[in-house]
Amino acid sequence: MQNLRICNIFWLVALLIPGQTIHAAAPKNWQIGFQNAASPVMEQLVSFHNLMLIIIACIAILVIGLIFWVIWRYRASKNPTPQTWSHNVTLEVIWTLLPVVILLFMAYPSFRLLYYMDATPQADMTIKVIGKQWYWTYEYPDHGNFSFDSYLVPEKDLKPDQLRLLSVDNPVYVPVNKKIRILTTANDVIHSWALPAMGVKKDCVPGRINETWFMATKPGVYYGQCSELCGPKHGMMPIEVHVVSEEAFNQWVEQARKKYE
Amino acid sequence: MSNTHPTGLTRWLCSTNHKDIGTLYIVFAVFAGLLGGILSMMIRLQLMEPGQGFISPDNYQFYNVVITLHGLLMIFFMVMPALIGGFGNWFVPLMIGAPDMAFPRLNNISFWLLIPALLMMFAAFFAQGGAGTGWTFYPPLSGKSFGHSSAATDFMLVGLHIAGASSILGAINFVVTILNMRTPKMTLHKMPLFVWAMLITAFLLIISVPVLAGAITMLLTDRGFATSFFDPAGGGDPVLFQHLFWFFGHPEVYIMILPGFGIISQVIATFSKKPVFGYLGMVYASVGIGAVGLLVWAHHMFTVGMSVDVNAYFTAATMIIAVPTGVKVFSWIATMWGGSISFKTPMLFAIGFLILFTIGGLTGVVLANSSLDIALHDTYYVVGHFHYVLSMGSLFAIFAGIYYWIGKMSGRQYPEILGKIHFWLTFIGVNLVFFPMHFLGLAGMPRRVADYPDAFKGWNYVSSMGAYLSFAAALFFIIVMFYTLRYGKKCPANPWGPGADTLEWTVSSPPPYHSFDRQPDLKES
Repeated sequence: MQNLRICNIFWLVALLIPGQTIHAAAPKNWQIGFQNAASPVMEQLVSFHNLMLIIIACIAILVIGLIFWVIWRYRASKNPTPQTWSHNVTLEVIWTLLPVVILLFMAYPSFRLLYYMDATPQADMTIKVIGKQWYWTYEYPDHGNFSFDSYLVPEKDLKPDQLRLLSVDNPVYVPVNKKIRILTTANDVIHSWALPAMGVKKDCVPGRINETWFMATKPGVYYGQCSELCGPKHGMMPIEVHVVSEEAFNQWVEQARKKYE
Repeated sequence: MSNTHPTGLTRWLCSTNHKDIGTLYIVFAVFAGLLGGILSMMIRLQLMEPGQGFISPDNYQFYNVVITLHGLLMIFFMVMPALIGGFGNWFVPLMIGAPDMAFPRLNNISFWLLIPALLMMFAAFFAQGGAGTGWTFYPPLSGKSFGHSSAATDFMLVGLHIAGASSILGAINFVVTILNMRTPKMTLHKMPLFVWAMLITAFLLIISVPVLAGAITMLLTDRGFATSFFDPAGGGDPVLFQHLFWFFGHPEVYIMILPGFGIISQVIATFSKKPVFGYLGMVYASVGIGAVGLLVWAHHMFTVGMSVDVNAYFTAATMIIAVPTGVKVFSWIATMWGGSISFKTPMLFAIGFLILFTIGGLTGVVLANSSLDIALHDTYYVVGHFHYVLSMGSLFAIFAGIYYWIGKMSGRQYPEILGKIHFWLTFIGVNLVFFPMHFLGLAGMPRRVADYPDAFKGWNYVSSMGAYLSFAAALFFIIVMFYTLRYGKKCPANPWGPGADTLEWTVSSPPPYHSFDRQPDLKES
């Protein structure tokens, strides 16, 4: 597969870009790239972004290089008499068609990925997310339909392993390697449920139910933040998802049903 | 009567002269730009370090009010008045050889409507609670029920209504002027590119602003008269508002950049001493950008839950815009190619524009992919992107225009060395502010948050430092302007030499009250 080989080359280049190689589930200071992918969708997003980054970097270098070359070569002191031409049909055709070709080259992987992300596969379980000012309510309809609220942990109550503005009191638990369907809606204003490491972001719109999905491939703790301005505490309603083994998840469900019902 | 030259208060308050009104617009834009800049300083001061900034956590509504007003001021009261009302008024009639705009009194009211509109924005800032909805004021957040019950939001919406009316009146004036008042022999295909840019911009305004007005009206009746256009509880739909808003909002970004394209074309041709390359290609690239720009609005809404086919369409349509934009960038480079380039301040800003707009355009191509946009939507990547095209694209075009034309407008030329210092301060400053935002966005930092997780602190600090430098550069610009108006050298009719071949350089600096004694004759070509 020609395509795969190209992707591999981009991956190799991508590994040279710092920030892509740090393995962690939360953002890091001075990070310059995406958080590490923890789902198949995000893996594809990262590799597609790497492809895009290389293309736009090449174009930027070409254009900016041309600009610098032109202003150096044709500066008034070196070239006191300007030329007078102002047309060149061949050039114009080339710089119209070449971008079209480049865009088509981008569009193919873009659309393939778009349709792949959209089609929720046969989901193993469903979680309903309800955005509220300023916390999240989670419902587990497939596990006895218990629900709980998830609030930011205030700075003064933070435990040593918790992150300011990212940790919550009642995190979401999901089993690893299972396809999780996420249904989102909101109770008051529009919120947006986002989990960068999984490539998930879906608006929670009052009066509507939106659907998205993810499959976490690595156990760990993942963080996200509300991604639609929802009032003064928009930045204070984070999302914390614990990806655990299926056994641990089942244990958690047992406890959660007792705790939240 | 046409020879009476009003002076003093009558000249400025009751002006029907396009040049005086243009000057009023530019002064107004500089004033609003400084206010918007002060708000930027507040944003970057708040975000300089994680943890409590100068706004207390109980009062983050104030932060939202600041970002809301920053956006509204910069868009409606700085960029648009400067480019359209300011340079458009000044140079469209001059460039087409007309004595004035077609409707001088309409011109007057379209400027003076901006004053109450701006006062409304102040009211939205100071009234109880303020309007902290973001410049996009999506309902239900901008509705009455969820934190915006005070009159502040109504002030903001009415103010936008007035600003919109001002824009529509101005746009009608430009269309009529350009279509009817060109000097004989100046066919449409001989108009300077700046005039073309203004014509397309005016059409975009006439098509899109009424849609905003409709959306605002519906929102106001939702707020004031218990209708439920956007309230799901009454059968309305918040997403409908987003479609209406962005049907205006996306053309709006072209409204802000197309006049800039026009200025850049004039400046590059002038300082390369070479005619613009591929004139017709440039014209129809602009027309194409304007036309396709009307059809791509929902790329601002990839996460709201539209069907995948709709997302795919808006991805494709958005990408298409890269083609005419590419034509323009390459044509500008080809204009310089073979020219004899002198690096006066306007040209520096034009070259800076080319570089930064290219970067902003390319990140735009990344964002156009609705797949990738899932990861980037509403993050700082988007903030970085649109400030590269606006804060650097439009703003650099405005600065290029001011330095290019200040001699013509005021009769006094700016000091070259100070202009160059201003350019370099601005260039370094804005790059420091906005380039790190791409990193923050990729790492996942959401927009419009008043505080952020500690992991984002490094780049935010860099960004804030850049913001202080940029603001210092803006203040320096004010000094340069005062110096120019007070001590600047007298400016001849054409300070730029043979490259400046549009009609405004054939009249004195500043031009006489009615510019041309007789219709100018086009000799060349």
